[in-house]
Amino acid sequence: MSMLTIAMPKGRIFEEAAALMQEAGYQLPPELDESRKLIIEVPEENMRFFLAKPMDVATYVEHGVADVGIAGKDVLLEEERDVYELLDLKISPCYLAVAGLPNTSLNEVAPKIATKYPTVASAYFREKGEQVEIIKLNGSIELAPLIGLSDRIVDIVSTGQTLRENGLVEYETIVGITSRLIVNPVSYRMKNEEIATLVSRLTDTIEEKAVQ
Amino acid sequence: MFEKPVGMRDTLPHIYETKRKLKEAAESAMRSWGYRFIETPALEYYETVGDASAILDRQLFKLLDQQGNTLVLRPDMTAPIARVAAAKLLKERVPLRLAYSASVYRAQQREGGRAAEFEQIGVEMIGDDTISADAEVIALLVSVMKQAGLEKFQLSLGHIRFIDELFRQILGTEERSEQLRRFLYEKNYVGYREHVKSLPLSSIDKQRLLQFLSLSGGIECLDEAVKLVEGSTGIEALDELKSVFSRLQEYGVDQYVTFDLPLVSHMSYYTGLVFEVYTDGVGAPVGNGGRYDDLLQKFGRPAGATGFGLRVDFLLEALEELEEETGVHCVLFSNERRVEAIQEAQKRRAAGECVLLQDVAGVKDVDKFTETCKSVTFFVGKSTGGNA
Repeated sequence: MSMLTIAMPKGRIFEEAAALMQEAGYQLPPELDESRKLIIEVPEENMRFFLAKPMDVATYVEHGVADVGIAGKDVLLEEERDVYELLDLKISPCYLAVAGLPNTSLNEVAPKIATKYPTVASAYFREKGEQVEIIKLNGSIELAPLIGLSDRIVDIVSTGQTLRENGLVEYETIVGITSRLIVNPVSYRMKNEEIATLVSRLTDTIEEKAVQ
Repeated sequence: MFEKPVGMRDTLPHIYETKRKLKEAAESAMRSWGYRFIETPALEYYETVGDASAILDRQLFKLLDQQGNTLVLRPDMTAPIARVAAAKLLKERVPLRLAYSASVYRAQQREGGRAAEFEQIGVEMIGDDTISADAEVIALLVSVMKQAGLEKFQLSLGHIRFIDELFRQILGTEERSEQLRRFLYEKNYVGYREHVKSLPLSSIDKQRLLQFLSLSGGIECLDEAVKLVEGSTGIEALDELKSVFSRLQEYGVDQYVTFDLPLVSHMSYYTGLVFEVYTDGVGAPVGNGGRYDDLLQKFGRPAGATGFGLRVDFLLEALEELEEETGVHCVLFSNERRVEAIQEAQKRRAAGECVLLQDVAGVKDVDKFTETCKSVTFFVGKSTGGNA
């Protein structure tokens, strides 16, 4: 049996992803979330974990340096990486939405959309036939309409609290998001057994949770 | 620094050597199976070869000639070979066994790190519809991989007609089938399952479509597959897979082969057996191939065909060690002993050695210059030559 390398997302998704792995019976090392150590081996499970920025997980997996990864559907839509999307882990549910200041409409001359997800946002507005300018930001997207940079934002919404706190309202929902188990196409074949085991254990756990 | 266009790469001398040996090994394997090498031009017409190629339109490098025709830098070798075969070669001998080793060009939109020009080495077998042809191409692929020095690799086999038939039986329309095929093509199994659940189908049919996703692994998965289709077309496709496998057993290469029925490789190009080859240490398939019976007819001469292409850059990445540069012998001379030096160099070259002949006056730092040479002979000053 060869060792599986797993890319785990830092931050928001991490805890739920780690909890799911534990429920599936995998002994995750407690030091994994203390991000000082970047790579942690778990010889008992024949696995190796590392933490990456959620946006980068699919990149590591596509290049094959991680066999498997846990990534949000938002990342997969945005990054369009050549990886297998094998399982919906049904954790960290949220959605991508269009938001803005209440009672406003798109500027007719030069409508602007600020987002961390330029690919998704651009595809969405193109499909609707709206000509918009997409402005890529790396964080604090809510600031854009407040300061007048854009008319709308496209961002992840989980509880809606951040939007409310900033006086923004949702206009449209684009797509629902959960975390997915992704696999490198070569690992999917070369480490077929190991991955099949991981998938079946996780599937059982997800189904059990769904029943509860 | 002078920049290169996105995706263009230089091959420096020490990598070149490894690549040359790799290609020679692969080419000699193909030649020994009776495949004849062919070269075609780098530029082709967009309307014919560009359109017939399996590569997406947005990945084509397009340019205009002086008459205003749109040209493409060939994005693969299969379409140009189909053009030549249809126009000329198929009149001479059928079936045709052709091989190529050439650069192909595919524009990259994303990272600069990805190659937009890379070498492919492969074969095409044109005009033979038999299972024997499919099996031969796969057995040759295995042989090429081994000759190239790769041991840890694996092939996955699928069959497009099986997928088409299963989807047609359950979904009825081509439009719905295409939607599902796209999920397979994008490797989005989550999306596939969600889509199947949303379709107005009986729970038995949904179950058939969902089970289909898990049809991969050893030959026994074909027995599971038989239970999912009705009628002869689907069963025939599975029988083809079985016969190919038993032929590969006869070739003694079945240990490299597994099945992966949801494998599609391309939205529409392949018409029968498809396969991909994977190796440790490279994150993407190093090669792929399959049967493409519809291509030749685009060039006016319908004929069955099958083949494979391997990416030389990926194979190189998979090789664990780069070839040690075989050292050269260096003959350093000063002007007064030039004749002696030339004779010494020619004698050694005639004996098959690689010899560097260097005027000492042209070198600033002799030690640094000779550092990488395996040995040095000096013809410097008035005394007789000495070795160092």
